[in-house]
Amino acid sequence: METTAKIRAGDVRSASRLIRDLEDKLPGARPRLKQLFQHTGKSFIIGITGAPGAGKSTLTDALIAEFRKQSKTVGVLAVDPTSPFSGGAILGDRIRMLKHTEDEGVFIRSLATRGALGGLSQAAGDAIHVMEAMGKDIILVETVGIGQQELDIIHHAHSVVVVLVPGMGDEIQTMKAGLMEIADVFAINKADRPGAKQLQSELTALLSASSLTPDTWKPPIVGIGNRYEPTLFAQQTAVLAQKIMDHHAHLILCGQLSFRMERQALMEISDALKACILEPVLRKLSESGELQNMTRRVKNRETDPYTEAETIAHRFLTLGEKI
Amino acid sequence: MSARKIRVMVAKPGLDGHDRGARILARFFRDAGFEVIYTGCHQTPEQVASAAIQEDVDLVGLSCLSGAHRILFPRVVELLREKNASDITVIGGGIIPEQDFQMLYDAGIKAIFTPGAPLESIVEWIRNNIKTKE
Repeated sequence: METTAKIRAGDVRSASRLIRDLEDKLPGARPRLKQLFQHTGKSFIIGITGAPGAGKSTLTDALIAEFRKQSKTVGVLAVDPTSPFSGGAILGDRIRMLKHTEDEGVFIRSLATRGALGGLSQAAGDAIHVMEAMGKDIILVETVGIGQQELDIIHHAHSVVVVLVPGMGDEIQTMKAGLMEIADVFAINKADRPGAKQLQSELTALLSASSLTPDTWKPPIVGIGNRYEPTLFAQQTAVLAQKIMDHHAHLILCGQLSFRMERQALMEISDALKACILEPVLRKLSESGELQNMTRRVKNRETDPYTEAETIAHRFLTLGEKI
Repeated sequence: MSARKIRVMVAKPGLDGHDRGARILARFFRDAGFEVIYTGCHQTPEQVASAAIQEDVDLVGLSCLSGAHRILFPRVVELLREKNASDITVIGGGIIPEQDFQMLYDAGIKAIFTPGAPLESIVEWIRNNIKTKE
């Protein structure tokens, strides 16, 4: 197939168009991705996450530079939020990565969250696969500024960098579940600011208190200071890149990479099921007005959401196995 | 299925750092339901064209307040053409004297909006003139 060949040859137009077609759910798009799928799965995928304003885009930019020095090709997927009111979005992560725009070894794509039903996770997975098929060695996935939830898309990544900054709260925050637990590498950004040492020691305490067996990975903590001191900043981001590659080596050595790729595959199956079962059912119910009636009945407590959902399941899932 | 979402890029080529107008426009486009790739100031036409292709936008809105539009705007159109992406519409705005309009239209700039143009008129122009891609 022509698109497959073009994308595998690294053609940017075909790749960016396919990503767009998948996002817009054009009927012809999914079959083209199916063709590509066998050529995916060879890239090392790194997730970059953290609170809004923590410096994810700036560190992504620095990591691109570092990996390019090692002659690795890089794909970047930068996710920003869609407005729940207008459906529009400002995608502004690119602005931190302008110097890589003309480098043919770098492909940067912005993605809006768009909305419901785990659709983002599938759209992110789709874009990642297109970049894999382009033959990118490394794919950096920069999430939206994240809180203590919305962690789903990070499961596309093999290694996860959590970016923290000083002054975001006391040690209780570091004890909470979620974001802190998914980190393979911690970056303390803006480490020249007050509170950085305290954050570092709290994190160290947290990590030493967790029950790690000797051969498990202990997330390293990398402090990164002011980016306007370019020499030091470059040294520190080089350390960050090295720690990420160390983690990659560890994943391979301990057989963990295969486990994480299975986790990724499982998530993609579940995303795809949502897209081919849940979405059409909801659309149908909405078009017929049933969904609106049902919503009203649940709101008025004439029925409950569980019974309604079971009724719908029985109606639409008539063939095959019982669930 | 769902219709295509309109994707636009707002960029300021050249050495001009006055991006207030460009930012207001980017926000207004967001509120109109567009996805807006905002790339800010100090870009070369080469950067603008490459980013527009990587992002697969329908339209690039260039802003220039320094007087360099006669060189920079046509160059972006030219580069897009060279990269086989002449389907990406380019419009311009900023401090642009009326006597330059024809020259820019001839170079392939599809519309020009100068200070005082109602924001709604720009959104309307985009809605009427962008055929989202097949």
